[in-house]
Amino acid sequence: MLRTEEMLLNVGPQHPSTHGVFRLVLKIDGEIIKEAKPVIGYLHRGTEKLAENLQYTQIIPYTDRLDYLAAMTNNYVLCHAVETMMDLKIPERAEYLRVIAMELGRVASHLVWWGTYLLDIGAVSPFLYAFREREMIINMLNELSGARLTFNYMRVGGVKWDAPEGWIEKVGEFIPYMREQLKGYHDLVTGNEIFMNRVKGVGRYTKEDALNYSLSGANLRCTGVKWDLRKDEPYSIYDRFDFDVPVQEGGDAWARYHVRLGELEESLKILEQAVEQFPKEGEILAKVPKIIKAPKGEAYVRIESPRGEIGCYIASDGKKEPYRLKFRRPSFYNLQILPKLLEGENIANLIAILGAIDIVLGEVDG
Amino acid sequence: MVEGLLQSQPGLLNFGIFFLLATVLLLVVLGFVTYAILAERKVMGFMQLRQGPNQVGGRWGLLQTVADVLKLLLKEDTIPKLADRPLFILAPVIAFAPAFMVLATIPLTDHLQFADIGVGLLYYIAISGLTTIGVVTGGWASNNKYALLGGMRAAAQMISYEIPLVMSVIGVILFAGSLNLNDIVAAQGEQGWFILWQPIAFLVFMIASVAELNRTPFDLPEAESELVAGFHVEYSGFRWAFFMLAEYVYLFAMASLTTVLFLGGWLPPFDFLGFIPGAVWFALKFSVVIFFLVWIRVTFPRLRADQLMEFGWKVLLPVALANIFLTALVKELLKLF
Repeated sequence: MLRTEEMLLNVGPQHPSTHGVFRLVLKIDGEIIKEAKPVIGYLHRGTEKLAENLQYTQIIPYTDRLDYLAAMTNNYVLCHAVETMMDLKIPERAEYLRVIAMELGRVASHLVWWGTYLLDIGAVSPFLYAFREREMIINMLNELSGARLTFNYMRVGGVKWDAPEGWIEKVGEFIPYMREQLKGYHDLVTGNEIFMNRVKGVGRYTKEDALNYSLSGANLRCTGVKWDLRKDEPYSIYDRFDFDVPVQEGGDAWARYHVRLGELEESLKILEQAVEQFPKEGEILAKVPKIIKAPKGEAYVRIESPRGEIGCYIASDGKKEPYRLKFRRPSFYNLQILPKLLEGENIANLIAILGAIDIVLGEVDG
Repeated sequence: MVEGLLQSQPGLLNFGIFFLLATVLLLVVLGFVTYAILAERKVMGFMQLRQGPNQVGGRWGLLQTVADVLKLLLKEDTIPKLADRPLFILAPVIAFAPAFMVLATIPLTDHLQFADIGVGLLYYIAISGLTTIGVVTGGWASNNKYALLGGMRAAAQMISYEIPLVMSVIGVILFAGSLNLNDIVAAQGEQGWFILWQPIAFLVFMIASVAELNRTPFDLPEAESELVAGFHVEYSGFRWAFFMLAEYVYLFAMASLTTVLFLGGWLPPFDFLGFIPGAVWFALKFSVVIFFLVWIRVTFPRLRADQLMEFGWKVLLPVALANIFLTALVKELLKLF
C-alpha cells in the first residue's frame, strides 16, 4: 500500500460556490472528504444587539439585511411580533399587500436558488433565465417599496406605501408568464440526464435526522414531513388561500429540487388568489401611536420564509426599544447538518450538497 | 509545392519559405482564435438572452478579443513565491506548443496542407496527448491545492478519453484503409461521408473530443464552481492567455479533424455543387461543428469526476470496441456482394 497523506483544504470564504463568505475547512484524502468544519461569522453584524438600542420602526431596515434574497418575510416577522404584543388589528388591504409582497419575494428567492444551484452544478444558462424572471419581480417590488432588495416596506400596523396605479394588474399578468417559464425550466433542466446523475441520492438524510437537526422549510419537507407554517399555523391571511404543500420522500438534493420548484407553483397559486381578492380600497396602516411601545412582556412568532421557519422573539420592558430581540434564522439552523452530510463525499458533491441546503450568509451570520 | 520543397536541398531560401508559411498559418490560426472567442461569446449571448460583446470595435464587438489580449499582455506577470519556478514558466509552453504542432497535418483543402504525413491521424492523436503534461505540470508547479486537484483530474480525464477517441476512429480507418488524412477525405469522396457509415463512431468521437477539449460538460479540470479555476488558478496575464490560447487552438484543430474524418473535409455534399471552392465547404462544415460545440457548452451541467470515469471506461470504450467489430463485419460482408 502506498502511504497517502491527508490534505487540509480551505474552501472559502472567497470561493465562488459558497454563496457568500462561508468557509469550510476540509480534511481530504484525494478528493474524498474525511472531515468538514464550517467556519461562519464573516458577515456577522450583531443585528440582535444593535436592535436593543433602536426603536421598533428603526429595526425594520436591519431585518432587510438578514435574508437579503427574501427581505419581505423578514420585515414581516418583526412587525408581526410587535403587532402580536400590541394586539393590533391590521387593515385588510395592508394584509393583502403584505402577502403579495412576501409571495413575490418567495418566488424571487427560489428563482435565485434554482439559477445558482445549476450554476454550481456547472450549467451557466439557467442562471440567466432565472434572473430574467427575478428581475421582473424585483422591478415590481421596486415600484411598490422604492428599493430593489432592501425594501424596508412593512411597518408595525401595516405597510408604508400603497400599491401604485396598475400595479396589482401587473402582478396578475406576471403569474401566467411565470407558469409558462416554469415549464421551460423543467424542459431544460429537470429531465437532463447529467443533472439527475448529479443530484439523485446526493446529500440524503432521514426524517429523524432532519427533525433532530431542527431543519425546516424545503430541507424538512424533502424527507416527507408535511410541515408548512402557512398551513399549519396560519398567520396573516394565509388561511384564506387554497394551496398545497409540496412534499417529497427522497430526502436527497433531487427531492429538495422538486420541493422548491413545487413551491414556486404554489406561490403563484396564492398570488393569483390574492390578486383576485385584493380589496379595491381601504387603509394600509392601522391606527398606531407615533412612537411604538410594545407592552411589557415577551412574544415569539414564527412564519414560513423561503428557507424555512423564521422566528422572532421579543422581550420588552415597555420602552420604545426592545429589551432583548432574537431572530431564529433558518439558514443558520439548516446549515448545521452540513458536516454530517459531507463525510465521505467528494468535492464535486460538496458543492451539490451545500447548494441544495440553500443558505443565505446574511442570515447565517446574523 | 510543399512536397517539392521537402525533397530539395536544405538552404536559406527553403528555410525562409517554410518560416514564412508557418508564420502565415500562425496568423491565420490566431485570427481564427480571436474570432472564435468572439463567436462563442456571441452565440452564448444569443442563447442566454444577453448581448455579448458589443462595445469595442463597433456593434458586433469585433475588436473585443484584441482588447482582451492586449490587456492580458500588459498585466503584471506574477509567480507565486512557493511555486516551482522553472516548471511554472514551462507549463504553459508545453500545453501550447503541441496545439500548433497538430495543425500542420490537417488538410484544409486538397492543396492547402503543411505536412502530408502517412500516419497523419496517429501523429495528431500522439501530439495532442502531450498537452496534458503541460496541464499537470502547471497544476503541480503552482503549489496550490486547487491547482493540484485540477491537474490530477485533467490527467485522469485525458487517459480515460484518449482511448475511446482512438478506438472510435479505428472504424474510420478501416473504411478508408489509411491513416493519412488526405486519403481519408478522398475515400469519403468515393464511399460517402463517414458520418453516414460510422454514426456510432461519430457519437463516441464527439463525446470524447468534448472531453479532450475540457469543455462543459467535461470541464472538470477547471471546474469553476468547484475548483475555482483548477489547474490555472495561479496563472495570470500572458501565461494564463497561453493556456486559453491552447484551448481554443485545440477547438480549431478538433473541429477540423471532425470535419476531415466524418464530414468529408473539403468535398462538396453533392457533385453538382463542385464549383464552390473546397475551402468554403471546409469552413462551412467546420463552423457547424464549432456551433454544435458551443451549443453543448451552453446547455449541459457538469459531470462528476467519478461519473466521468465510469462513463469513459464502462460506456464509451465498449461501444467504441463494438463499433470496430461491427465495422469489420460490415466491410467483410460488403466484399461478399
